[in-house]
Amino acid sequence: MMSKIVRSMTRPLYPFIILFGAYLVVHGHLTPGGGFQGGAVAASAIALLVVAYGGTRMFRKGTLTAMESSGLIVFISLAMVGMATVFFYNFLANGGPIFGEAIFYGPNPGYFNTAGVIPLMNMAVGLEVIGGLGVIIIALGKKAFEVME
Amino acid sequence: MNFTEHIPILVIALPLFAAFLTPLMGKISRKAPRYFATAVFVIVAFLVVLLANMVYSRGTEPIIYTLGSQNDTIFRIVLEIDAFSIFMALIMAIVSLAVSIYSWAFVDKYSGQDKFYTLLLLVAVGSYGMVLTGDMFNLFVFFEISSIALCGLVAFRTERGESFEAAFKYMAYSTISGLLLLFAVGIFYSQYGVLNIAKIAEGVGSGPFNELNKIALGLLVTVFALKAGSVPFHMTTPDAYSEAPGGVAALYVAASQAGLYALFRTCFTIYRPVITTETIGWVVIILGVLSMFVGVTMALVQKDIKRLMAYHAISQTGYMLLGVGVGIAVLGNPAALDAYGKMAMEGGIFHIINHAMYKGLLFLTAAAIFYRVGTRNLNEMRGLAHTMKFTTIFFMIGALSIAGIPPMNGFSSKLMIYESVYQFSPILSAIAMLVSVLTLASFVKVFYSAFMGPKNEKVDAKEVPMSMLVGMAILTGVIIVFSLFPGLVVDTIIKPAVEALLHGWPIAGGM
Repeated sequence: MMSKIVRSMTRPLYPFIILFGAYLVVHGHLTPGGGFQGGAVAASAIALLVVAYGGTRMFRKGTLTAMESSGLIVFISLAMVGMATVFFYNFLANGGPIFGEAIFYGPNPGYFNTAGVIPLMNMAVGLEVIGGLGVIIIALGKKAFEVME
Repeated sequence: MNFTEHIPILVIALPLFAAFLTPLMGKISRKAPRYFATAVFVIVAFLVVLLANMVYSRGTEPIIYTLGSQNDTIFRIVLEIDAFSIFMALIMAIVSLAVSIYSWAFVDKYSGQDKFYTLLLLVAVGSYGMVLTGDMFNLFVFFEISSIALCGLVAFRTERGESFEAAFKYMAYSTISGLLLLFAVGIFYSQYGVLNIAKIAEGVGSGPFNELNKIALGLLVTVFALKAGSVPFHMTTPDAYSEAPGGVAALYVAASQAGLYALFRTCFTIYRPVITTETIGWVVIILGVLSMFVGVTMALVQKDIKRLMAYHAISQTGYMLLGVGVGIAVLGNPAALDAYGKMAMEGGIFHIINHAMYKGLLFLTAAAIFYRVGTRNLNEMRGLAHTMKFTTIFFMIGALSIAGIPPMNGFSSKLMIYESVYQFSPILSAIAMLVSVLTLASFVKVFYSAFMGPKNEKVDAKEVPMSMLVGMAILTGVIIVFSLFPGLVVDTIIKPAVEALLHGWPIAGGM
């Protein structure tokens, strides 16, 4: 458990860290970032909470591992759905129900509703990274607190 | 597109998908992951056989599968599958199936079986990917998948400190070698702007053999020799083999042979046009001779049964490097290549599949002994033949085969190597025969101290459970078939593999 200053700063800060991570994930196809980077940022919120409050019981390991597996399953499933043409075929691009707008060539502000399966895959990877890094942080934290006591 | 066109990617994608489903299967019941994973291995083996059928019917023309889209294939991830790729995939299919059935009983007493089978599937994904891909960066990715998953499996028995030590050592070396591989890929990319192996080969062949390509060749040979566990890059292999739980050591043999595949692919497919001197061939030959000799002499003094077998694995890898190394050395000399070079390569490549089968079997029997006796020290076991009859028979078949006793399959491939290498350099052939004699001596020692002698009353050494016997029987069956029909095996799968290696790859699609 850290000092009162760290704890009271953590409380307002961590939702914004998660929000920024989520932004990096969902805008991954337009701006720098993407699934892995955004997931890592969001997982750093978990690290902050674990360090500031000195406990690992607020996160359930089962939930995090389920997030990890399901993210990966969604990713591979999307690749497999494309197999009507070839593996990893972008079947939503240019005409799908979501993220299906055609891309304009040349300079543009970046249109969110484009790129087909790429944003969906980014989200799947983001979910997987939050789960995977979360499990690692909690495992390390548990051991660290054992040693400290 | 119909189903058969998707088989190449299914061989990789199906175990990958199953690997992530396995943890969820673990929530259903404790035994669900093992049946699920084994079912997947059966399906994948079936797909590999179907794919092999397609490859052999096409001759030397590889099957090319492009991911993502059919346009601009040169920039996309491609799978290129020729007879040598599918030969390696067949090895992995047989070994992974045997290991997954064997492990039903072996890991029964451990927790975290879902994770065990996830990692097992990921090792298979890594090895299939390494041998089927036609993309240099993808090769790196699958190299890492296979290394990391193997590292997790080596550390599986968390109650033992030695497991962590071995896994840490393995992780350190495989990470460094992965970075070196990435560096070599970067060298190619900076020069040619593509990652497609066939396109890189065209670039390497069209220009002079420049310094950058020489550096890349050195890095690639080092990295893949380390993955294959050849001397002097064998720092991790004895530890990792002896700490890998049960059947994993057998899987490790097959996975490290993917490193051999990549090494031969580098020399034959990427650097084929510029290898006109004997230098690179001699480097591979010297690596091979060192591995053979150092491996077997280190094995002679071991008291730990798995460590002994690990050193023999290093030693046997030397035979493959020697055989194929002679092929590389005479690559610039078509007359010598036809006279004995091809036969040396056939011997080396035949030895790869033989080694995967008999060394896999020997590791499985060693793990079976450990399962019942609880020790790996040869001095503490004796008289096991009284109670473990099937294990004894399996061990004998494996030991005769590795020592190259006629008519076992190890003899066929070693004879091919002796005969052809003799024409290249008689002294190398003599060293190979000497190593074979020492191998026999070492396995006579193991057989005598573990299985012979009066019955050991202190340990309850009854026969191992059914699933472990089935796992060993699969590999034994393959060894017996190969021993009875070596000529048929060489004609159907070995000769096309050698032809495919010498033929090289066409470039997939246009710009």
